[in-house]
Amino acid sequence: MLFPLLRALGRRPVTQPALAPNPDDLVQLAQSLQERARARLGRSLAIRQVDAGSCNGCELEIHALNNAVYALERFGIRFVASPRHADVLLVTGPVTVNMREALLRTYEATPSPKWVVAVGACALDGGVFAGSYAVVGGVGQVIPVDLVIPGCPPTPRRLLEGLLALLETAK
Amino acid sequence: MESSSPLMVFLAEKAPVFLQAPWAFVRLTRPGWCELIARLDTTPAWALLALWAEPKDVHAALYDEESGAFALVALACPEGSFPSFSGARPGAVRFERAIQDLVGLRAEGLEDQRPWLDHGQFPVRHPLAASPEDQPPVPRAATDYAFLPTQSNVVLHQIPVGPVHAGIIEPGHFRFHANGETVVRLEARLGYVHKGVEKLFEGKTPAEGARLACRISGDSAVAHAVAFARSVESAVGVEAPPRAHALRGIMAEVERIANHLGDVGAIGNDAAFAFLLAVCGVERERTLEVAGACFGHRLMMDTVVPGGVTVDLAPESIERLRAWAARLSHEAPRLESLYDSTSSLLERTMTTGVVSAALVHRFAAGGYVGRASARGFDARTAAPYPPYTDLDVTVPVFSEGDVDARMRVRLREIPASLNLITALLDSLPEGPTGVPLPTRAGEGVALVEGFRGEILTWTRLGADGRIKRCHPRDPSGLQWPLLEAAIEGNIVADFPLCNKSFNGSYSGHDL
Repeated sequence: MLFPLLRALGRRPVTQPALAPNPDDLVQLAQSLQERARARLGRSLAIRQVDAGSCNGCELEIHALNNAVYALERFGIRFVASPRHADVLLVTGPVTVNMREALLRTYEATPSPKWVVAVGACALDGGVFAGSYAVVGGVGQVIPVDLVIPGCPPTPRRLLEGLLALLETAK
Repeated sequence: MESSSPLMVFLAEKAPVFLQAPWAFVRLTRPGWCELIARLDTTPAWALLALWAEPKDVHAALYDEESGAFALVALACPEGSFPSFSGARPGAVRFERAIQDLVGLRAEGLEDQRPWLDHGQFPVRHPLAASPEDQPPVPRAATDYAFLPTQSNVVLHQIPVGPVHAGIIEPGHFRFHANGETVVRLEARLGYVHKGVEKLFEGKTPAEGARLACRISGDSAVAHAVAFARSVESAVGVEAPPRAHALRGIMAEVERIANHLGDVGAIGNDAAFAFLLAVCGVERERTLEVAGACFGHRLMMDTVVPGGVTVDLAPESIERLRAWAARLSHEAPRLESLYDSTSSLLERTMTTGVVSAALVHRFAAGGYVGRASARGFDARTAAPYPPYTDLDVTVPVFSEGDVDARMRVRLREIPASLNLITALLDSLPEGPTGVPLPTRAGEGVALVEGFRGEILTWTRLGADGRIKRCHPRDPSGLQWPLLEAAIEGNIVADFPLCNKSFNGSYSGHDL
């Protein structure tokens, strides 16, 4: 067990350099965030992820944000286990009709001020599942969305740019 | 496939057999179907791999574990019902509940008549039926579900978990009945991510269908796409060119490694050994980076289509893959020794979440769930398909059936897959990466080994070459019920560990 630890001592970190926030996301957020709410957050965001019917692809890439390469927590952004502790709901999936109620309840359980970030092509408009009897077709159909991070799935780099834009705007 | 197989002999007595190697297609009469059920009751070696329905027909996929024969049996249901397999094969219960919900054919003799995928929220009833009905005027609440009752002379408490879980994972509901810390019973309620995939397949071209197949379960994008592509190729009678087979094989093995790395780390993390997650997380990230650079997409979505692949490997990509494989081959044994030398972690994984070999065989559970409990089934060796027909596939099998055994299967499969990738890169055939598909009607089936286990995909094409029906059966369909058996008698705190060692797909199961 000691070997990987000893080896790591002699090497540079694998963590990639910090990214700049995505300019498009900054514009999108400026339209949806209110001044008063911005002042509340400081430089810290607590995120609650909600899978509202994704194929699990988005979750895999959101997971990657926590690995040593992207190391999300160095920016003051962290995932929390309960919507009661969250500032941001990170929602994936086309919102299945079977998840609509659970998504609504999670949103209602999140204290204000709160933001909703819709992640992935499905969360935007249903993606490849649009038109099915079993999906609502986008997170915006169920709860108000502040930022969409597109991609199928978005890469961790793209997710990070979007979350940094949220942090920057909410500062 | 042996024509002297008892399964083949039995079916040949009942009806004419149409061969599409390795599968035998047989259309049974109702008495023949009933005889089959009676025979299954006394023949444990005949595994039920899948059960699904069209508006007027029900289909079952069977495998004779002893002779290695595969068969697809079909039964016409003019009365709107069919005799249930559930008495002979418990794995059929959820398949039949799904058929009742989606197609509206009734399973006669199925004891558990609760809806499964239909949570009362669909705009129509029986969406896959020839003519779906309106929902009843009084809607059923999404939370309305009769969990199994308990009878006990001690006070059991219930713990409801989900559908929104505490981590970054898919939604599902777990209902625990616990006596203090000990789990007396776990019952899962799934279906929350049902997206109507089978209905969405209808009317799509094979190329459009491939895009959807990648998104049945995002962690198995390649495996599901290959299974779908092979089922279409089998339906129209074409074979992808050798280079396409090799590229599919490389991508499928990269996908297997990436998922095993992620889960090995996550199992460690669920036992509070975050260091393993940190180490595996970096290796997984390196793997996905290489996949993204070489195949254009980190999860390798939209690379496989019926007829071949849409990507090719440039010489520099081949070198990049080789360098990654060489590096990881060096690291993989270190991961295993890190796991092996951490006694506090082994204390959590060993003898935890045991699934008996008998139960695994009864449910015909595949993948690491089966291989950790002495069922060595692997589609790459049981029904070899290119490129594995020319490769020496190592299938690690353990018999303890606990979290540790499932972990070890995965740890051993990483170097095994790296060897396959190296062998495929060494002998990468030249030539085209795809062939055009003829436009013709047909029915085809494919069995493809994903990281989680074997995926069985059945597709029927219409005369216009478009999909009339496609049923992808994710390996989780036969694995999820066993999680309920694995956790029995364990403590509640070990559930995350057991669950992660299965890592069932919610999306692939719910479709």
